[in-house]
Amino acid sequence: MSAAVAWARRRASAADAWRRLRRDRLAMTALIVLVAFVVMALIAPLVSDRADFDAINTGGNPTNSSPSGQFVLGTDGLGRSMALQVMWGARISLLVGFSATVLMIVLGVVVGLAAGFFGGWIDAVLMRITDWFMVIPFLPLAIVLASVLERGVGTIVLVIGITSWPSTARLIRSQVLSIRERLYVDRARALGAGKGHIIGRHILPNVTPLILANTTLAVPIAILTETTLSFLGLGDPTQVSWGGLLERAGTTAVKAGYWWEYLPPGVGIVLVVLAFTIIGRAVEEVLDPRLRAR
Amino acid sequence: MSVLELHDLCVTYRTEGGKVPAVRGVNLTIEEGDTVGLAGESGCGKSTIAAAVLRLLPKGTRVTGKVLLNGEDVYSMKPGRLRAVRWTGAAIVFQGALHSLNPVRRVGLQIEEALRLHQTVPVGKMAARVDDLLERVGLPGAHASRYPHQMSGGQRQRVLIALALACDPQLLIADEPTTALDVMVQAQVLALLEELQRERGLSLLFITHDLSVLTHTCRRLAVMYAGRIVEEGLSAEVFARPEHPYTRALAAAFPTIGDTASRMNPQGLPGDPPDPSALPTGCPFHPRCDRAVDECATADVTLRPVADGAAAGWRAACVHVGVDRG
Amino acid sequence: MRATFILRKLAGAVSTLAFVVVFNFFLFRVVNKNPVDSMFRGRNLTASQKAELTRKFHLDGSKWDQFVGYVRQLLRGDLGLSFKGNRPVVDVIAEALWPTILLVGFSTLLAMLGIGLGYRAGWRRGSRFDTTSTSLSMLTYSMPEFWIGMVLLGIFAAKLGWFPVGGLEDPGSTATGFSKLLDQFHHMLLPAIVLAIAYVGEYMIVARSAMIETLREDYLQLARAKGMRDDDVRRKHAVPNARLPVVSLSAINFGFVVSGAIAVESIFSWPGIGQATYIAIRGPDLPVLQGLFLLISAAVIVANLIADLLYGRLDPRVVGR
Repeated sequence: MSAAVAWARRRASAADAWRRLRRDRLAMTALIVLVAFVVMALIAPLVSDRADFDAINTGGNPTNSSPSGQFVLGTDGLGRSMALQVMWGARISLLVGFSATVLMIVLGVVVGLAAGFFGGWIDAVLMRITDWFMVIPFLPLAIVLASVLERGVGTIVLVIGITSWPSTARLIRSQVLSIRERLYVDRARALGAGKGHIIGRHILPNVTPLILANTTLAVPIAILTETTLSFLGLGDPTQVSWGGLLERAGTTAVKAGYWWEYLPPGVGIVLVVLAFTIIGRAVEEVLDPRLRAR
Repeated sequence: MSVLELHDLCVTYRTEGGKVPAVRGVNLTIEEGDTVGLAGESGCGKSTIAAAVLRLLPKGTRVTGKVLLNGEDVYSMKPGRLRAVRWTGAAIVFQGALHSLNPVRRVGLQIEEALRLHQTVPVGKMAARVDDLLERVGLPGAHASRYPHQMSGGQRQRVLIALALACDPQLLIADEPTTALDVMVQAQVLALLEELQRERGLSLLFITHDLSVLTHTCRRLAVMYAGRIVEEGLSAEVFARPEHPYTRALAAAFPTIGDTASRMNPQGLPGDPPDPSALPTGCPFHPRCDRAVDECATADVTLRPVADGAAAGWRAACVHVGVDRG
Repeated sequence: MRATFILRKLAGAVSTLAFVVVFNFFLFRVVNKNPVDSMFRGRNLTASQKAELTRKFHLDGSKWDQFVGYVRQLLRGDLGLSFKGNRPVVDVIAEALWPTILLVGFSTLLAMLGIGLGYRAGWRRGSRFDTTSTSLSMLTYSMPEFWIGMVLLGIFAAKLGWFPVGGLEDPGSTATGFSKLLDQFHHMLLPAIVLAIAYVGEYMIVARSAMIETLREDYLQLARAKGMRDDDVRRKHAVPNARLPVVSLSAINFGFVVSGAIAVESIFSWPGIGQATYIAIRGPDLPVLQGLFLLISAAVIVANLIADLLYGRLDPRVVGR
């Protein structure tokens, strides 16, 4: 079979998956919500200036004021517009969510591929390490990591990536093992193909759909972790994120009844996480016929 | 009275992809003490029939026609009556090598459960009865305390037979009981079934894809294709001189032990069984048939008496039947 | 057979714990070129103060000596000194232990109601009950647990006044005996409900998919054919098998609940491990943080071990293999 035919077939199956996904109305709604949030995050700098909510520039604003015509979502204790902060917060939350996921997937895929493909002691050692990371509670691990490193967006991304790769690694490894068993890999190996060729030509294309579904389900975990870490005070103090907004609101705003200071960022998180989860499950269902058969 | 009567039984599964007719008008009668074999490839609807007899089909499945167990219509029974009839009116020997026994419960307990449900024996005598049953199928009574994974495939199949016999059912339905076993064990299990049948005068419905198995075990035989019976009659006659081209192919697919000629020249059946949701027009077998004529693509032939076997109820659904033999 | 199974699981748990110890050491004393500086980030120390602290926290000597010293210390049950008030870390943790055991234990019990819901939903897959409970589970799964805490605190404590806004008991309370317990329970209820809401969905979804896996099994068909009631087929045949994945995921979930308690306790000022962690992060009080990480990891490792052993009991196939 020539490569062109293989690619054409893969394109066709991707198109088929997309068609099936299109029929899932809930998943399409989730996708629209998600796109709306991404657009909101992207246009934030176009419609406002970050300096608009620097504390030194908000002296004239009312503090802790409830939603009004001027401030759609009210203001916080320093007179900063909540609406603007939620918009800007989406940038960091989504950015961290995406980048941490990329890091986590890369780590998981590399470890999973290596373990599954090379087998033997490499597999044994890598899986032992994976087991350790699986058992160790993930948030406390992230907390100790974040607390010895410098505060910053990069640290948060790194910490989430380092702590959450093991399940991806396991998933990829088991896929690689089953693909490796299939005849055509043996044939390719028998023909003297290099290992790089086998990974690039046979294994990677086959695990790609799996990686895709895994990614969609990993982003919400990354976003939730970013939120928690920021809430605990391990986030980047110079940036506005949804978790950071919740941290600043704290119990003070809750007890004072300033709901506009903690509901909007939370609703943002819930919507984005829910949207990703719904899409992830839909993708998984499209890719796994066993889940599809009802 | 007949133990089992199927009248124009139709079963249609509902799936995401639409309706799938699995059984399309089957008539079958089993007299008391008789042994009937039902053969066909996977997907022909034979196992659906086994499940339909005890109303075990998934929810939403459409069943029309009649299933009479000892003259009683299974599909108009109240739930309580249905539960009482299950396992006493008819019991099924499931295909056991894989997953028919619950992996986390001891096998003795799984047999005892049937006794308990139908109060076949007093509570105090249950353990003894389980021992008896196990010994009858050739297993030591001590195996009652084993878990399924601690037994071999053949032993598990014996447990399933013991389980089916637990409540002395009037009809035993054996649904591919030997499929997953290796040849030696297959022969042992078959011998056991035959022995039990003779000894107890059991009425037996034996379902398999292996036609040659049926000739020894069953007096009568029905061959199914695409949800219908395409040939029926006395096993010995049908197997010796199959009328329907499908029966012929099926008979040839399994070499008769001891017959070198059939061994040297195994005739495989070309193509795959048809997709029940998209059956060919006319005779559903015509695309794979080596004797197909133009008429086969349009005429859906029903069962016709085979001229020289009509007395024994030999019938086949093929355009060539009843016409001068060429 | 049985003994080797237990030994194997035990060895796995010990190796994980050893990994945590080594990791802990590396993180706090090797990743940081100068632990004293990072431990006292933001404070101005004179050179002599630094030297003294370095000695006090056993930060002199080679890394290997430090490691040996650290392990020796651990084996003696000594977790070092907190930066705050120079109290032994062990004491700081010990006094926070009991409130967390209560809170996490109680909320886990509540959240485990989700298992029953999940079995039911899976058994009647596609029913209204199933779709409703699955959607609700996905919704609660999407909420950060501390945000649920903020919302419920705002409604039920701040606005409606049904619950106290936080703490272990009413400040200045002189109640004793039963009424003291009642007061503490009243304080615990809201945070416990928050944690339960946050994790009931996880249990539910796991139990549901375990049940759905089981639905495919032939032995259910056999049980039905025997003339068993549908409810009994579920209880006696489906649930004992669906229990298996739930057991192992419960241990993982235990880790999540403990983690969730960190932020939730801080919201409700519940004086447990979580709040201690929160305070240690804010300090930053690295020795306490290190000790807490060790403790929480150990607890989760033990929970996993218990789950593994329980799994062996529930599934006869595992031990025999």
